[in-house]
Amino acid sequence: MAWRVVVDMDLCESNAVCMAILPEVFEVRDDDLLYVLDETPSDSMRDKVEQAVARCPKQAISIAER
Amino acid sequence: MRRIVVVGASLAGWNAATTLRREGFDGTLTMIGGEPERPYDRPPLSKAYLATGDEAKVALHGVATSDELAIEWRLGSDATGLDVAGRTVRLADGGEVPFDGLIIATGAQARTLDSVPAGPGVHLLRTLADARALRADLDRRPGPVAVIGAGFIGAEVAATCRQAGREVAIVEAAPVPLTRSVGAEVGEVCAALHRDHGVDVRLGTAVARHDAEAGVLELTDGSTLSASVVVVGVGVTPCTGWLEGSGLTLGDGVLCDATGLAAPGIVAAGDVARWPNRLYDGEVMRVEHWDNAIDMGSFVARRLLAGEAWDPAAVFEPVPWFWSDQYDRKLQMAGRAAGADCTVVVGGTFEERRVVVLYGRAGRLIGAFGMNRPRQIVQSRGLIARRCSWDEALTVAADWT
Ligand SMILES: Cc1cc2nc3c(=O)[nH]c(=O)nc-3n(C[C@H](O)[C@H](O)[C@H](O)COP(=O)(O)OP(=O)(O)OC[C@H]3O[C@@H](n4cnc5c(N)ncnc54)[C@H](O)[C@@H]3O)c2cc1C
Ligand code: SF4
Repeated sequence: MAWRVVVDMDLCESNAVCMAILPEVFEVRDDDLLYVLDETPSDSMRDKVEQAVARCPKQAISIAER
Repeated sequence: MRRIVVVGASLAGWNAATTLRREGFDGTLTMIGGEPERPYDRPPLSKAYLATGDEAKVALHGVATSDELAIEWRLGSDATGLDVAGRTVRLADGGEVPFDGLIIATGAQARTLDSVPAGPGVHLLRTLADARALRADLDRRPGPVAVIGAGFIGAEVAATCRQAGREVAIVEAAPVPLTRSVGAEVGEVCAALHRDHGVDVRLGTAVARHDAEAGVLELTDGSTLSASVVVVGVGVTPCTGWLEGSGLTLGDGVLCDATGLAAPGIVAAGDVARWPNRLYDGEVMRVEHWDNAIDMGSFVARRLLAGEAWDPAAVFEPVPWFWSDQYDRKLQMAGRAAGADCTVVVGGTFEERRVVVLYGRAGRLIGAFGMNRPRQIVQSRGLIARRCSWDEALTVAADWT
């Protein structure tokens, strides 16, 4: 099933926890904002994305199934 | 292994339990917890929850749907003893819970101060109950707030109260706060950050006496402070009382081997666990950070399930990591500052309050502190994990303008 990474920017505090887990998808840049580099990563990255969902201290990340 | 018992229903225990189920453990899984709540998240207690009173802020991912995990909860009951040979945990209510495998995750409790006895307006901050009481009292008692201890939790409480418009003072016995965690240079800046925001920071002095009636703290340097609410944040001690006499090796935590094993079929994780971290040449450490409770909880759950089949070369050797939010600054520390033989400021300056500080020992990068530099701390963490040399770290950091 297709899925997509969604970050609630109102909750995100740019602490880069997600970036430590999956830099291919999450990047905090020098402007201190989080950028989602790839909203639809391959299924092989699903585990890591789920880790990021669980780990984000602000619960800002979710996975939207389509 | 058919029955696994987790003692301590918080971050480390919760992550151990979810990992057990994820790894396919389908036996009886019991979680014993001293607090009445299912696992919740502590960091917001001094930050978003204290600021807003919104309990949704302390929700821990997955707990709301935890019924799927078929956990037998024994909440609101402390474990009081462990019989290693008989494979049972004793509870305060007299019950006994048998196990084949045991996960010790009882964390730590806030220390108290003899000079500030419990009483009206006096608070510790470790649990949700503590945080509710503190919030209620802050509402009930207008006037200045005094925080005793400039550790991270105390500093966050000070910042949150200050941002809510309260007059705030911090009293810290050491001449410079946080030297063990971040070194003296950074400790000075952490103190300065509070002064920037108008907090009365008193270093190198302690509380001699608290006159709760008058709302006055007498300090050992002879000065006084008036405070309607006093928050004591002077560190924590690991909760190992229930393990006295069990035969496990105790002493500032439960001593484990490099894989988190405390005895055959018994593992420990989180704030309560001490283990030799090979990444730091086997230095025996106990780490009081959120991230460690998650990682170690998951690690020891897998370790427990594997039993004899575990590869002894697979050791738990993380780069300790934590963050602290104060005012509009994000403080983060990866690795260790203790034992550093060189420290260098890269990427920014202390004056801008946006900076990275690297710590080295014996030619290796051992730690990195950042103020509003999350990306560089993530990068540093990777460097520390692969035992990067000091020189290489400096080369990488040359780009962090
Ligand atoms: C206010 C506050 C803010 C924090 N902020 C940060 C932060 O910003 N960043 C960071 O990295 N870390 C932070 N931390 C630290 C982080 O929350 C802890 O490292 C983490 O909670 C440790 O998890 P744990 O499961 O090992 O132990 P704990 O969370 O301490 O949980 C242990 C549980 O075991 C229970 N227990 C104890 N003894 C018994 C017994 N005998 N029987 C049954 N149950 C028992 C306790 O009641 C408790 O529920 C903060 C902590 C606090 C209190
Ligand atoms: S972990 Fe969460 S809060 Fe942190 S940067 Fe990622 S999305 Fe934002």
